[in-house]
Amino acid sequence: MAEYKEISPNASAGEKLLNWVDNRFPASKLYKEHLSEYYAPKNFNFWYFFGSLAMLVLVIQIVTGIFLVMHYKPDATLAFASVEYIMRDVPWGWLVRYMHSTGASAFFIVVYLHMFRGLLYGSYRKPRELVWIFGCAIFLCLMAEAFMGYLLPWGQMSYWGAQVIVNLFSAIPFVGPDLALLIRGDYVVSDATLNRFFSFHVIAVPLVLLGLVAAHIIALHEVGSNNPDGVEIKGPKAPRDANGHPLDGIPFHPYYTVHDILGVSVFLMVFTAVIFFAPEAGGYFLEYNNFIPADPFKTPNHIAPVWYFTPFYSMLRAITGEMMYALIACVAAGAFFGAVKSKLPGFLKAGVVGAAVVVIALMLSIDAKFWGVVVMGGAVVILFFLPWLDQSPVKSIRYRPSWHKYLYAVFVVVFVVLAYLGVQPPSPIGERVSQVGTLFYFGFFLLMPWWSQIGETKPVPDRVTFAAH
Amino acid sequence: MSDTPVDTQRIDSSKRTWLIASTCAGAVGGVATAVPFVSTLSPSEKAKAAGAAVEVDISNLKPGEKMTAEWRGKPVWIVKRTPEMVAELPKLDGQLADPKSERHPDEFTPEYARNTTRSIKPEVLVVVGICTHLGCSPSDKFTPGPQPSLPDNWEGGFLCPCHGSTFDLAGRVFKNKPAPDNLPVPPHMYLSDTRLLIGEDKKA
Repeated sequence: MAEYKEISPNASAGEKLLNWVDNRFPASKLYKEHLSEYYAPKNFNFWYFFGSLAMLVLVIQIVTGIFLVMHYKPDATLAFASVEYIMRDVPWGWLVRYMHSTGASAFFIVVYLHMFRGLLYGSYRKPRELVWIFGCAIFLCLMAEAFMGYLLPWGQMSYWGAQVIVNLFSAIPFVGPDLALLIRGDYVVSDATLNRFFSFHVIAVPLVLLGLVAAHIIALHEVGSNNPDGVEIKGPKAPRDANGHPLDGIPFHPYYTVHDILGVSVFLMVFTAVIFFAPEAGGYFLEYNNFIPADPFKTPNHIAPVWYFTPFYSMLRAITGEMMYALIACVAAGAFFGAVKSKLPGFLKAGVVGAAVVVIALMLSIDAKFWGVVVMGGAVVILFFLPWLDQSPVKSIRYRPSWHKYLYAVFVVVFVVLAYLGVQPPSPIGERVSQVGTLFYFGFFLLMPWWSQIGETKPVPDRVTFAAH
Repeated sequence: MSDTPVDTQRIDSSKRTWLIASTCAGAVGGVATAVPFVSTLSPSEKAKAAGAAVEVDISNLKPGEKMTAEWRGKPVWIVKRTPEMVAELPKLDGQLADPKSERHPDEFTPEYARNTTRSIKPEVLVVVGICTHLGCSPSDKFTPGPQPSLPDNWEGGFLCPCHGSTFDLAGRVFKNKPAPDNLPVPPHMYLSDTRLLIGEDKKA
């Protein structure tokens, strides 16, 4: 236990109260460690708004969610009408509901940008691997949260979207059909499914999400924030002032709290504009088919997930029987390089070849439908391994070979094209393009250990680049 | 916190053994507790009861028409095919992925439907209207001839709007489509000439 701190009898009542609390709960200590004496690099640019914006959207989703639950009925016969009741009869209910539905899309926009920032500046590199991994887990939770939340309005898209996604699980050999049954709790998506998705959406996943957000921030504050230069401001050689504080850092509060108000203001302008003038966002945030109550006997003519899932959905659709041959060729090529070109010891080479033979045998024997699910899941899971895939000698894109910038640009274009194709009805050309995109996406990550080492890096400065303003 | 080094001589090994044993017992108990919780996720007795057979009267079904019955929350289609439609079926065999219903016959085609028309009575088709790809419900495309999303030599059948799988009028899937299997024929039997029981057959 910490030593009991006495305070001068002349201190003000407020100081005495704080002292009383501090002797029992580390209030001042936490405030200092995480706000007033948490030193963040002074060279943050606009990319660094999206972390605090993600927190803001999380709060918006929780608060609006609490109020929506007061009026919503998780019952297959009542759910659709209760959402319309919120929209039409509950005073200001439409606003709360639109905040929540727009908030879902805003969450993904902000989080995708936040993740891309990490990718640009190497924020996942040592010692920030766990910050990144907690972040990826948050992303997974968000996807689960969004998917289950989308069933709740019980519209046509809710219903058939859930039907298709849950059926993906039944593609897993042996356990698949039973697993799908366990998820639905019925032979089809039904009232049982709606109720459990409601439970997961409002309590189970949010609890996990909050825990992960806390872990993400605690891990971040332990290792300190990265910055656009990828220079450690708290490293052993970094310059410090007389008090031992990093010269290139500024306290989070008040400097970055005030700074973030700018980001929050701009964000809220856009956010409210969408809520008031285009809450459906042309069918992208709220799909038109979802204004028709769920009908288990009639599938809408075109079903597509909400935009934030479409890059992954495209990859799922890209895996056809033909694509399997391309993937088999990739596995074989990988095994060839592992066995012939690498410097691995002999027994490992045998292992690589053996594993490749097993994988190819499985790829030939199991339906392409299952491998589509594997690819879709793999596209998210691969992000967890990024800290170890990136072998570049420098962290930040600023000091990497110039062609890396073009590669990242192509990566972004591919991701956006995959997202676009995911909302379109299937077409032969779209299928081909999404197959190329899928190969590029996986190539980008799986070949990163090699390409990230190629080319000449630029000299990294000792201190952050910063022009006072 | 005090940093007194642990004196290895003073470790009470019997206490440690019991700690390990009780921790293991506790872990087993904890895992066992998960069983009832996971079990609550499986279909309830009510949901299973809803899987009971349903009786359908098909006396008003005219040739070339389709009606839909609900069984286990799924649409079951009953199509009365015209003699021309039935005559067309064997000619399609070459274009189909599994014309003889040989893939997973136990799951998709009961014994009495393992024939060219996949039915008990040649003209009456009974299938579950759920695509075997990802569970969408295909739409009726009974009119033969060229039309959007369908081949020019279309002879009538079903088109899944989600990923474009096509099925003939016996619910058999065409080749090179995402759906791997034919539309499942549910267990069914005729109680009389016009009364159909879906969900149960004679062997049950």
